[in-house]
Amino acid sequence: MKDKIRIASGQGFWGDLLEAPYHQVTKGPIDYLVMDYLAEVTMSILQKQKKKDPQLGYARDIPELMKRILPICVEKDIKVITNGGGVNPISCANEIKKVAENLGIKNLKIGVVLGDDILDRIDDLLTSGVDLKNMETGESITTIKDRLLSANVYFGSEPIIDALQKGAQIVITGRTTDTGLTLAPMVYEFGWSYDNYDLMAAGTVAGHILECGAQSTGGNFLGDWESIENMAEIGFPIAEAYPDGTVIITKHENTGGLVSVDTVTEQLVYEIGDPKNYITPECVADFTSIKLEQVGKNRVKVYDVKGNEPTKFYKVSASYFDGYSAVGTLTYSWPKALTKAKAADKILRRRLELLGLTFDEIRTEFLGYNACFGPLAKEIDEDLINEVVFRIAVRGKDYNAVERFGREIAPLVLTGPPSVTGFAGGRPRASEVIAYWPSLIPKELVNPEVLIVEV
Amino acid sequence: MKIRLIDIAHGRSGDKGDSANIGIIAYDDKGYEILKKYLTAEVVKKYFEGICLGEVERYEMPNIRALNFILHNALGGGGTVSLKHDAQGKTLASALLRMELEIEE
Repeated sequence: MKDKIRIASGQGFWGDLLEAPYHQVTKGPIDYLVMDYLAEVTMSILQKQKKKDPQLGYARDIPELMKRILPICVEKDIKVITNGGGVNPISCANEIKKVAENLGIKNLKIGVVLGDDILDRIDDLLTSGVDLKNMETGESITTIKDRLLSANVYFGSEPIIDALQKGAQIVITGRTTDTGLTLAPMVYEFGWSYDNYDLMAAGTVAGHILECGAQSTGGNFLGDWESIENMAEIGFPIAEAYPDGTVIITKHENTGGLVSVDTVTEQLVYEIGDPKNYITPECVADFTSIKLEQVGKNRVKVYDVKGNEPTKFYKVSASYFDGYSAVGTLTYSWPKALTKAKAADKILRRRLELLGLTFDEIRTEFLGYNACFGPLAKEIDEDLINEVVFRIAVRGKDYNAVERFGREIAPLVLTGPPSVTGFAGGRPRASEVIAYWPSLIPKELVNPEVLIVEV
Repeated sequence: MKIRLIDIAHGRSGDKGDSANIGIIAYDDKGYEILKKYLTAEVVKKYFEGICLGEVERYEMPNIRALNFILHNALGGGGTVSLKHDAQGKTLASALLRMELEIEE
């Protein structure tokens, strides 16, 4: 058994810094590279892509990235774990296989985790009494069943560990918990027992700290952010894990950013609910037990984490079609920029009314004044404002109404208040609104499968 | 005496569906005692009037000197449904840190 392993975060979301995974595998020693690509609604976007082309439906950045890092990972024996397989992890693995073959790499095993997609099983599940009701609103899924676009179970670390045990160097999954990507290598390398909930919680907390990339190493830091050095070359986090569950959060030495108790703490509170009950497939972690200690420059020890028995359910992330929306913006300048923007809003709303267009919601915000703080925005001396961006958005079930709204923005330039600009981008498009449906499913009703693609 | 939260604390906010969470972290033990005493769920609910349309829940995390607030029905439907520029409530932590509190010396 290894006495420690270094697990590096390479992506905090799909769209994160493209250079980050490359730097993680080249700038210092690591054993694992973990990458989270899936946000709540990403699965539905991928589902749509797969519908158009059955070969698609995964994060297309991955094959491109693999061209760069695969030879390095093979040489240094770094394992890669990612949920970027989306709704088509097999296709993703096959693309990686092609990349490996083109690079002349041999004897590579790619593990593929399947079984999270339950879209085709919804009717059967409902018949057998699983109601998949919305965790937030309590509504029955039958109200949106006909509009479902995707439905995926959040698996944990278990199938990833299975793939590692079968010799996979690359593990591609679909909907897996972000924390499971980091917990899996710890369980695999240290032989942790699933009954040891404190260890499960320790790995889960490390996963939570890693899952948003540089948000734990000085990125988006609301403390003394101006003191963060060299943000241009910010290092992504590395969890140095020990068999007893102690984890040191750090980053490569020759990188920017900061790992301090403050930067790690901000990530700990990010997107959590009840801190005593952080629920994952492996355990219920108690975030009020976590201890942090600065043990060196850019080294924070995370220890004493406690956990409890997991629930009997997996979370299901489903998405459904919920109408259309469009957003338009125009920029007004001094003098009286805000007054002009407010006048434009009034004129536009009157025109929409005269056209007989109705929407589920119309929302106006003034960027530079109240877009972030809404009713909390403080009154301002208008003479000191150089410019204001008028932003108006609509949402509704009627495509034609939303589309027509898009055609009413540009005319304001010639038919409304003066000193207006910023309409180079063309008409706002009516885009589909994809809504999110969180629910639960009993664990025994779904079984993850692991396939090995050999190169 | 009047204090501004940003002088004694930092934090981070984000989304879970239509709920926002705001973690507020005190820089020292004294600051955490002030947060615990004055920054109640009721105070936060009143402060975010017009933004948070549901309940506010507060959780204590003394181990990291933090309070975690859940603001229900605060993001205009959340995720891709929301028409808000800040649909994920990323700036709500800053909004809360701007708050002034009247405290006993």
